[in-house]
Amino acid sequence: MSKAIHDLVLRENVQLSPFYHRLDFTAPSPLPECEPGQFAELLVPPGPGVFLRRPFSIHAVDYKDNTISFLIKLVGEGTRRLAGILPGTVINTVYPLGRGFTMPEKGPVLLVGGGCGIAPLLFLSARLKAGGFRTDCLLGGRTEKDIIETADFERNGAVFITTEDGSLGEKGLVTAHSLFDRPLPYTMVYACGPEAMLRAVAMLAMKASVPCEVSLENTMACGVGVCLCCVVPTTEGNQCVCTEGPVFNINRLSGWDQAARIADSCPVI
Amino acid sequence: MEDLRVELCGLRLKNPVMTASGTFGYGHEFADFYDPSLPGAIIVKATTAEPRAGNPYPRMAETASGMLNAVGLQNKGIDYFVSNIYPELQKIDTVIIANVSGSTVESYVEVAEKMAALDHIRAIELNISCPNVKAGGMAFGTSCPSALAVTAAVRKVYPKPLIVKLSPNVTSIVEIARAVADGGADALSLINTLLGMAIDAEKRKPVLSTVTGGLSGPAIKPVALRMVWQVTRAVNLPVIGIGGIARAGDAVEFLLAGATAVQVGTANFVNPMAVPEIISGLKDYMIRHRVAQIRDLVGGLIL
Ligand SMILES: Cc1cc2nc3c(=O)[nH]c(=O)nc-3n(C[C@H](O)[C@H](O)[C@H](O)COP(=O)(O)OP(=O)(O)OC[C@H]3O[C@@H](n4cnc5c(N)ncnc54)[C@H](O)[C@@H]3O)c2cc1C
Ligand SMILES: Cc1cc2nc3c(=O)[nH]c(=O)nc-3n(C[C@H](O)[C@H](O)[C@H](O)COP(=O)(O)O)c2cc1C
Ligand code: FES
Repeated sequence: MSKAIHDLVLRENVQLSPFYHRLDFTAPSPLPECEPGQFAELLVPPGPGVFLRRPFSIHAVDYKDNTISFLIKLVGEGTRRLAGILPGTVINTVYPLGRGFTMPEKGPVLLVGGGCGIAPLLFLSARLKAGGFRTDCLLGGRTEKDIIETADFERNGAVFITTEDGSLGEKGLVTAHSLFDRPLPYTMVYACGPEAMLRAVAMLAMKASVPCEVSLENTMACGVGVCLCCVVPTTEGNQCVCTEGPVFNINRLSGWDQAARIADSCPVI
Repeated sequence: MEDLRVELCGLRLKNPVMTASGTFGYGHEFADFYDPSLPGAIIVKATTAEPRAGNPYPRMAETASGMLNAVGLQNKGIDYFVSNIYPELQKIDTVIIANVSGSTVESYVEVAEKMAALDHIRAIELNISCPNVKAGGMAFGTSCPSALAVTAAVRKVYPKPLIVKLSPNVTSIVEIARAVADGGADALSLINTLLGMAIDAEKRKPVLSTVTGGLSGPAIKPVALRMVWQVTRAVNLPVIGIGGIARAGDAVEFLLAGATAVQVGTANFVNPMAVPEIISGLKDYMIRHRVAQIRDLVGGLIL
């Protein structure tokens, strides 16, 4: 699986909700082979306030049309600028990076996504469908405006929804969904979203003895394993999320078997 | 034909563009993008006597035209380097230079001695300028007596070219450069990162786990240029210019200021093709300015 640097050309910019855009790009040469869970480093159009590339999970790939899509949640200057590009815009992209999700031996499986965490899960869902695995999906957000692309997930299984304000689906956090009140009828849980959510999902999966893989979003500088800025403590010491991850089996992550520590507690120097 | 070759304290380089320590891994990480034999030299990631886990996450903060890092010399130690990393490095057909770090004079000496036994490590770059470790590192590079002492101690055990990488976090870079020259250095690398800090106003917290970190990228280029200029005028040692080099024009500026060669660091993160683009850009510059040999640009600033 070798990495490529391509000048991707924007084909379509679809606004899915006030905070989400899907960018569909055409590659100038054949797309490299991509796995669900892998990501790309996009060079934001030049301007003040953004210096480094921005990492985004691969959201969808179509080898027939030679197109690749990313789901962008607006959080700061870089994502705002990317969400504003017009068709024909060229975005220099390094991809595919990192290691993706492992395929299950048998289904059914559960995907759990919070916020832009659904980005890699849509690609994963398509791959699981192709492999014949039934895939249910649990999506969580603050309001109904965070819940997007449910129809795409519905093609492959049941879709469960939670919102913090109760505007769609069950009210509360994803981990409070009634699904977790019964024994989990799944062989595998795949999750992506904010770290606090991932840790809570990991605890639930562990309690139910269901294997679980999570995709982490540590801040990155290089994306290729040379700067050592993106590390996470694992059973094998500090490892780079950009090369050893972003997908990790929870039993490799140190401390993830304990109740979530306060997300941004003061670090020890 | 443009002649890009330069000589630096006995090292013959095919071109003056090297990769900076900690920004190019061990070379193979960029192999999908271009042949790692292309740079004039590769300075590999810092190696210490014992394995080091580095600092806790978060280790990075983006800044205006640059970034802060607080990696803290994470590496698997010299013994792992010798048995696992060195065999791979031998396959790369360019000059390989090891970056040596430590917390005591003895630990620098231990790593230097072990590096001396490795044929394909053609030189070492002594890192007395890392701002991200509590003991050692920058402490050695910010006082003249300790900079001299560590250089002299390593000099005794290391017969090959000894490059010393200086910290910009000093009152007078020239005085430190003189001390290191007195200690027996063959060349100087400057600069390492500038000590800086980033704060998250919303959380009222520092961004980095270590509060302070090292600033790199285009933001530090003017400071680096000034230091290269001052040191090459005052000290009779070849200098490798480092700091914010992202384009061929930046490299030319450092050569004109007096550097014999340059290193490309943070630019590798933003543009993985930075090094090959700088090398071909240097050729274009030579054609436009009718310069036959790149070494003729060194110190060629017109005042
Ligand atoms: C492997 C990986 C995959 C990712 N996939 C996606 C994706 O598919 N879709 C998507 O929308 N986003 C994704 N992200 C997150 C995305 O990279 C960041 O949101 C983006 O870099 C922010 O850039 P910005 O300039 O808009 O914000 P900045 O101005 O850099 O930051 C704005 C605010 O967002 C916070 N922030 C910045 N980066 C992150 C981050 N990585 N995680 C959490 N908070 C952050 C900052 O602390 C700050 O408060 C991914 C991140 C990683 C590491
Ligand atoms: C992530 C990162 C890691 C670094 N690690 C090292 C190191 O191990 N040893 C060292 O001497 N310098 C290290 N440096 C400093 C660089 O080699 C270089 O001196 C500095 O970044 C300035 O150059 P630049 O602006 O081109 O990046 C590191 C810099 C960065 C950004
Ligand atoms: S982002 Fe540089 S090592 Fe992961």
